[in-house]
Amino acid sequence: MTDLKMGQISRRDFIKLSSGSTVALLLGFSINRCESRTQIDEFSFEPNIYVRIGSDDTITIVMPRSEMGQKVYTALPMILAEELEADWNKVRVVQGDFNPVFGSQTTGGSASIRTHYNRLREAGATARMMLVLAAATKWGTPPDNCYASEGYVHLKGTRKKLSYGSLAALAENVEIPEQVILKDPKDFKIIGRSIKSLDTAYKVDGSLDFGYDLTLPGMLTAVIKRIPTFDGSVVDYDDSKTMEVPGVEAVVQVSSGVAVVAKDTWSAIQGRKALDVTFDGGPSAHLNSTDIREKMLNALKHSGEVLRNDGNINVAQKKANKSLELLFEVPYLDHAPQEPNNCTAHFYDGLCEIWAPTQNPGASFEAAKSITSFEDSKIILHTLRMGGAFGRRLAADYTVDAVELARHFSDPVKVVRTREEDIQHGTYRPATVHLLKAGIGENNEALYWKHTVSGPQVGWHGTITGGAPDLAYAIPNVNVDVVMSPFPVPTGPFRSVAHTQNGFVNECGIDALARLAGQDPYAYRRELLRDSPRHIGVLDLVAEKSGWGKDLEPGHARGIAVHYSFRSYCAMVAEISQEKSGKFRVHRMTAAIDCGQVINPDGVWAQVEGGIVMGLTAALHGKITLENGRVLQSNFHNYPILRMDEMPVIDIHIIKSEEPPTGVGEPPVPPTPPALINAIAALTGEYITRLPING
Amino acid sequence: MLTKVSFQLNGKQVSVEVDPNTPLLWVIRDTLGFTGTKYSCGMGICGSCTVHIDGKTAKSCITPIASVANKSVMTIEGLAKDGLHPVQQAWVDEEVPQCGYCQPGQIMTAVELLKNNPNPDDAEIDAAMKGVLCRCGTYQRIRKAIHVASGEVQDD
Ligand code: FES
Ligand code: FES
Repeated sequence: MTDLKMGQISRRDFIKLSSGSTVALLLGFSINRCESRTQIDEFSFEPNIYVRIGSDDTITIVMPRSEMGQKVYTALPMILAEELEADWNKVRVVQGDFNPVFGSQTTGGSASIRTHYNRLREAGATARMMLVLAAATKWGTPPDNCYASEGYVHLKGTRKKLSYGSLAALAENVEIPEQVILKDPKDFKIIGRSIKSLDTAYKVDGSLDFGYDLTLPGMLTAVIKRIPTFDGSVVDYDDSKTMEVPGVEAVVQVSSGVAVVAKDTWSAIQGRKALDVTFDGGPSAHLNSTDIREKMLNALKHSGEVLRNDGNINVAQKKANKSLELLFEVPYLDHAPQEPNNCTAHFYDGLCEIWAPTQNPGASFEAAKSITSFEDSKIILHTLRMGGAFGRRLAADYTVDAVELARHFSDPVKVVRTREEDIQHGTYRPATVHLLKAGIGENNEALYWKHTVSGPQVGWHGTITGGAPDLAYAIPNVNVDVVMSPFPVPTGPFRSVAHTQNGFVNECGIDALARLAGQDPYAYRRELLRDSPRHIGVLDLVAEKSGWGKDLEPGHARGIAVHYSFRSYCAMVAEISQEKSGKFRVHRMTAAIDCGQVINPDGVWAQVEGGIVMGLTAALHGKITLENGRVLQSNFHNYPILRMDEMPVIDIHIIKSEEPPTGVGEPPVPPTPPALINAIAALTGEYITRLPING
Repeated sequence: MLTKVSFQLNGKQVSVEVDPNTPLLWVIRDTLGFTGTKYSCGMGICGSCTVHIDGKTAKSCITPIASVANKSVMTIEGLAKDGLHPVQQAWVDEEVPQCGYCQPGQIMTAVELLKNNPNPDDAEIDAAMKGVLCRCGTYQRIRKAIHVASGEVQDD
């Protein structure tokens, strides 16, 4: 992109990477349609990297994070607009390109709002104060005589007002205030309201472009015949038939396999079909899920790294009146975002320009750097819209594909994945097994809890243990440890990461313990959470709203769960029944969440709905199996995701809070499977501890 | 072998010269530049690529281009006469989309449902919509939006 105006994010603190590197992508518009829109800005006041105020009154808010359906493009602007006292109808959003000036641009860990709440409030307030000062100067009055509201600065006691746009040029020369005065949350007009997403119309009329939709002049499209095993290699290939396929331009070997580059997607796919590649399966060509399971079960016999040790577990085990032992098993899972992974790269004039639908532009940038050995200023990275991500797009493998390939061409090359490739070449949620031993004393009081996590070797054990050591229940003797075994299967964070496993273990475990003690699972939890008012808050709310303890339709049962993750508290009640076929039907999910100060309630509801659906999919259907070193599943017929006819009614309740805002995208996932399984246990007396439920 | 195929796309006559087996999806997207119709599974099981052919829904990823010769194809871009179609409007009012990727397919499917059955109940909605996947999990809002749009869709 050459439109510098568009790229000028900040006049003061912006570090220019290169002349064309700072372009932001307009919401709802493809890159090609970008310029026409920016020309509206005749002049813009840019008090900081996050906001530009145009002389035409438009407020352009620059997104430091990426949008994948979680609606940060609405929630983050709301925070800034609140403090700015902006007219919401004048707000538009652009995606900030990769740029160190933003700090981490990784969208993950349900952290966008938490980490940007203060920053964006300050950015908005600073701009507001500068506009007020500009107006005061113009009116020759102290700034205290002026106030800002809905896009105007007003002169107190008069009808005089000046629009932000008309003050833009003046404000440009105002000193940045040393002390930022934030609004009293009681005066919030935007934060806390359900505001519609700014871009929904583009999502329903087909005009919103995702990475897969990117079209650039002269662009080529490629698919890769990938090395099917995790550590295999290409021995040889014969592209003679491929080169005869109309539309195919070239065949190039890259590190992930052999790429077929064509004029369009279908020709590339046809060319790939005709391609004959001999692979070497590599050391793990015989790997299968049964072996992995066997190894993880064996590892349970060894003592692992102790993550928590309260009281004396050995003494407690001997003292227990009654005990239980449960073995939990969960499979590998693929994120399967609706839009398969893809990435586009273009080499020209010594530059490498990349268009990546990514949660992690930093990782993609680093990958491009290490492939090209270009200096930072020669790599331009645009973050594109994602059709879902759920943690999958934290990796950079798609960018590696595009950069490795595009360097051989002078035209831009888009590398797309077909669904099969995407499912079979994932960064999977690790499979794990868990041994839980727990027991109660003379008076049915919870006495001990011993949880061993066994899973694949991961960079940081938290990726498989998160949520295990921080069990919130007041149990006097707790021991949690982890053993890891090396498997060559690529893994990565999946929405709520290890809380998907440990929320399941903790919440089915405590439920089973309540039953062992002959007590109501809600009351039992409540008592053991007596020191954690925020846990109790969501638990009580979900119990009340779900009608816990009240009569149910015959054949129905309820299960409850509560879990803390990503600094938020989420409780869930599932209501289920069993069909004649033996299948379980989920009728209703009631959720309560405490995520501190809520920015956009509707956005929270949407994320909780999505988290529940993802949790149900994992509990009922999700399974990646390995056979002969490769992933068996390939598409939605053998890797099913929840369908409309399995969809329960979802009822969501949010705790009112003025605590700082915390995560929303991930916290609803962990309590969902255990609520469902605990409901099944209430109906059948059996805890299903091996997922997925439907095999 | 390239073949010339003529059909109507969103009310306009178009003609392309492609391999007759090319799925309609790729012709619409790559040859004709209408990217509102999405690829997600390529085997007719997710519904993201749903379009209307002569008024009926079809999975464009498994529809060979030769089979639409002289037929009328409508994509998400052609749905509204002006502004938004009532179903699209209901989608906006109910704030249905999360990422939005599946939504063109959801909407095209919902439009057909409402044409055939102006006031579907939940079970009828489930039956009609179960072939369109949404990994983000917007199903509850889709149900609601279909109810909101009930009675608003004319068969034309
Ligand atoms: S892409 Fe056609 S049905 Fe999935
Ligand atoms: S809204 Fe993302 S897949 Fe449906």
